[in-house]
Order: sequence, then structure tokens, then C-alpha cells
Amino acid sequence: MLAYLLRRLWQMVPTLIGVVLLVYLLFKYFGADPAVILGGLNATQEQIAAIRQQLGLDQPWYVQLAIYLKQIVTFDWGRSWATNEAVSNLFATRLPATLTVMVPILILDTLISIPIALGVAYVRGSLTDRSLMIVTTIALSISFLVYIIIGQYLFGFQLGWFPVQGWSDSTWTNLSTFVPLPVMLAVLVGVSPQMRLYRTFFLDELGHDYVRTARAKGLTEDAVLFKHVLRNAMIPILTNVGYNLPGIFVGSFLIEVFFSIPGLGREVLLAVNRSDYPVIQAATVYLAMLTMLINLATDLLYKVVDPRVVFK
Amino acid sequence: MAIAAPTRSEGVWRTAWWRFRGDRVGMVSLCIVGAFLVLILLSATRLVASDWQSEVGVPNAPPTLMGPRPPEDLGTIDVPKGPNVDLSDVDPLAPRYKEWAERAAKMKTVEVVRTQTLPFGGDRLGRDVMSKTIKGTEISVFVGVLAAVLATSIGTILGAFGGFFGGRADDFLEWLYNVFTAVPDILLIFAFAAVFGRGIGTVVLILGLTGWAGVYRQVRAEFIKHRGREYVRAAEAIGASPTSRMFRHILPNVSHVILVRLSLLVVGFIKAEVILSYLGLGVPVDQVSWGTMLAEAQSELILGYWWQLAAATLFMAVFVTAFSLMADAWRDALDPRLRGAE
Repeated sequence: MLAYLLRRLWQMVPTLIGVVLLVYLLFKYFGADPAVILGGLNATQEQIAAIRQQLGLDQPWYVQLAIYLKQIVTFDWGRSWATNEAVSNLFATRLPATLTVMVPILILDTLISIPIALGVAYVRGSLTDRSLMIVTTIALSISFLVYIIIGQYLFGFQLGWFPVQGWSDSTWTNLSTFVPLPVMLAVLVGVSPQMRLYRTFFLDELGHDYVRTARAKGLTEDAVLFKHVLRNAMIPILTNVGYNLPGIFVGSFLIEVFFSIPGLGREVLLAVNRSDYPVIQAATVYLAMLTMLINLATDLLYKVVDPRVVFK
Repeated sequence: MAIAAPTRSEGVWRTAWWRFRGDRVGMVSLCIVGAFLVLILLSATRLVASDWQSEVGVPNAPPTLMGPRPPEDLGTIDVPKGPNVDLSDVDPLAPRYKEWAERAAKMKTVEVVRTQTLPFGGDRLGRDVMSKTIKGTEISVFVGVLAAVLATSIGTILGAFGGFFGGRADDFLEWLYNVFTAVPDILLIFAFAAVFGRGIGTVVLILGLTGWAGVYRQVRAEFIKHRGREYVRAAEAIGASPTSRMFRHILPNVSHVILVRLSLLVVGFIKAEVILSYLGLGVPVDQVSWGTMLAEAQSELILGYWWQLAAATLFMAVFVTAFSLMADAWRDALDPRLRGAE
């Protein structure tokens, strides 16, 4: 087990180096000159030269790469170019808001789509199944943007059930007042694709011999579905949840922008619009790291769900 | 000597077409997509909707079905009664009034008559929403298809090389694949958008450069499967070069997989373009796409002008639904093993 863990961590190193190189090359060779961005519109040649020297841009490329690597290893990306806020501080203050919105979305998405998918898979081919498939196909073809535009207008503006947008310092006020509307809309949109996917997982399992055997020995349908089918289908479902998990740290850019939630997604988008390179670079590298670690954790979880899994 | 005529075996495309024709949903969606393509072609050749930027109606003109907006009560002040006071002996400009009146008479002004209603309504400048939607359809679909073609080409070429040659080249490409999939998709798109700037060409480039991983993976798997097959060995025996074996022998045999992938990518990229344009990273403001229309629609909706939102949503929903159903039908017809895979 420990050997497996160490080997997996070791395998991440080349990928991580790749991500770092990709981000470095992208911004170095395709991005605009940082000194020009930082200098602003009225910068003189001397000022630009001074900034260049300060950032180490007048050094050869290998020195620059070394500076860059040092930033990653020491978790010190310096300060945001736009707001002069330390990048680490920026992450620490924006992440809680993102998690406050994204964790309920992930939990509700999963909890709602599993029973619907199981039910629909059980009555496959029936009118309910077919009409639900058609409805979800059409629902999926409408942009998420339309759902939030109409949802905010209808529930926030017209009916006044929720505040249109806003955020407070207290987590409880956020959860009870500001989070419900964005979460509701995101779940409304997120359930259809999940449900369709889980339906295929359940259909796969329902076709197996063990289901027939369980029925033949006289088990009730409830026992067949919830004890046998559900447990076996949990493996692919878990993989999918694990696949979606890194997303909760990235946040939904659209939701955060739309509802003015001061989260990480909105911050990264602001950074893109302001050409705030340190923030984008840090977000990309660390979230890639986090994604890889979460994927590893998901693989380890298999062992809990499926005792047949052996780590090699 | 009688030799039995060799029975021609049905080609993969022919059998697929037979399977596809039996799929009623697939055929209907093919017709809808076809109709859209005709519309896009007409728009691209400037036969329709070329004047989408002209302001033909009153601002926010309602759709014809709803009738013109009732005239607003302007609350004018009463016209003052009694004779005008003659100020000409104290007014310093008085001597020149006559001259100005003569010069003003020489100028011609044309009062543009703006229509009160438009078939699908008008936007805040009074532009026809119908023309805008048609033009927007052209650009959104163009971006989606072109980006999908770019991503598929990159994925196919890399996958073909990795799968066919194996060894070092394959290791390198696998590493590249791992790198690109390690970063969350949306973040990768943002990082590319931060350095490449804005514009239609840029959106195509960004989506294409970040979206090739899935195609690469599948094409590579297909090439690994095919490279040891007899027909490829036979081609090698008669002296076909590696390039010829890869692209003239194997590629046609895996092209159906690529086509299915391509069509799935188109749907994803059209949706992505809408969101990128809304966030201000996609199609610039002097162009129109479904995304920019939805971005405008947000503020219009609060004022009660719902038609632009409705038009863009309707066109997008119909096209994307038809296209995804058609892609599903293609997949079922071309590669029955993939059935059910998302």
C-alpha cells in the first residue's frame, strides 16, 4: 500500500514538470511583455527597463526559469500585479467562498441523480424512461447561461424569493440567504448529465448474471436493486464523482461572476481580464497539482468500495 | 471455366448509412441540421442577414406579434400664450439669423423612418433580432465546427504517430496528454485566453489547442489495434512507407471513430463559445454570436425585453439538440460498440 502510494506520487513528477513548463512557455513566448503590462500606458523606457530588471526579465532564460521554479517550490508567487495582494493570501481568502457554493452543489447533484437514475434504469424502455431521456437531451442543449439569466430574473427579481446577488462575512448567512439560488440553478442543470451517465452504469449492472441469480433465489426487488445493483454501480459512480471533485476548487466561473460571489473562479477570471499573470500561473499550477492528488485519493477509495481491487 | 463472381462485401460507410436510414430520430435531426447549414451558407455568402448592423427599428422594438409599444405620456409643458417679446434690438445674434436660415435651407436632412415593430423584435439600438440571430448562428456554428476540426486534426495526427510508432514518440505524447489533462479544462482555456487575447480566430485556436486530448486517446488506441493487422503487414510487404500505411491504409479504417468524436466536440465547443463570449473572452463586441446576444439579453430582460434572449435560446436549443441527436445516431450507426458512452 505504502509502496503503491510512493510510486504513484513519483509518477506525478514528470507530469507536474510538464504543467510547469507548459505554463512557463505559454506566458513567456505568447504572452505580452510583463514589464509593459505593469508599467501601464504612460511608462517611460527607463521605468520599463527598471521593472524588467526587478522581475529578472533581463536575465537569460535559464535564470528566469530558476526564479519561476523557486516560486513554485517555496509557494511564494509574490504579489498580484493588479491589486498588490499576496497571491497566497488571495487564494486563502477566496477559496472558502468557492467551497461554500460548490460543496452543496456536488453533494446535491450526486444524491439527487443516483435515485432518479436507478429508478429510470429499472423501468428502461418505458414511456417514463424515454420521455425523461428526451427532456434531458433538450435541457442539455440549452446553455447554462440561459438557466442562470432566467433563474435570477424569475426567482430573484420577479418573485423575490432570494436576493438577486450578494455575499456576507458569515458562513451561515451565506448558506441560508445567498447560496440557495445559485446552488438550485447549478443542480438543476447538473443533474441531467449525471443522471444520464449513472443510468448507463445501472443498466450495465442490471444486465449481469448476478442480478438474475438474485432474483431467481427469491430476493425482493428492493434487495436486488439497493443491495446488489447499487453497490456494484457505486464503483463507476465514485470514479465520476472523483473526476468532478477537482471542479469544486476551480468553482463555477459563471455562477461566481453572475452572483458576485467572491470566489476563486471569479478571481481567476478577473486576473485573465487584467493580464494578472502571477495569479493565473499560480492557479493553473496548484490546481493541476490538486487535481492529481484528488485522482490518487479516488483510486485509494476504490479499495474501500471494492475489496477485489489490489494495488500493484 | 466458371469462376464464381466475388460477392462484393458491403463497405462500412454503406452499412452505416443503411443503419442510419432506419433511425427516424437521426434522419429528422439530419434534416434540421441540413436546414441550419443552408441558412448559414446563405448568411456567409451575404445573401441574408448581411445588414444585421443597420438600425431599422425603434430601440427595443417589440416583436410584430405583440404590436407596437403604446406611446409614452411625455408630459409636455403647455405652449405659452400671448405675443412674443421682440428682443431683436438687444439680441447680439439677431443680424445673422437670416443668413443662418438661408444656409440651413440649403442642407438636406432625411428623416429615417424606423419601424415600430420587427418580426422577432429589435435590440437596444433597434437592430433586427432575426438578422442578428441568423448572423450569430453563422458565427457560433462556424467557431464550434472549426475548433472541433482543429482539435480533431491535432488529436488524430498525434494519436496516429503515438499509436503507430510506439516507443519514445509514444512516451512523449503520452506525457503531453497527461500534462494537458492534469489542468482542469476551464483553467487551461483561461490560461490560453490570457496570453492570446480576444477574437473569433483566437477562440477557435484556444478551443482547438485545449480540446484534442480525448481524440488523441481514442485514435491512438485504434492505431495500436490496427498496426499489427494483416492488411497493414501486407501493405508493408509490398513496400508501403510508414506515412502511407498510417494515412492511406489505417486512417480510412478508423475514420468513423474520428467522425463521431468530431461531432461530439462540435456540440461541446458551441456551448463553450457561448460561455466564453459571455465572460468577454470570446467573440468581440463588434461581431455577433449566440454568446454575445445572451450577454446583452441579461440587462434587457430586467427591462422586460425578452425577445433577444428567446431568439438566441431557441436557435441554439434547436440546433444543439438536433446536432447531438444526429451525432448519437451517427455513433450508433458507425460504431455500435460505443452505444451509451457519453
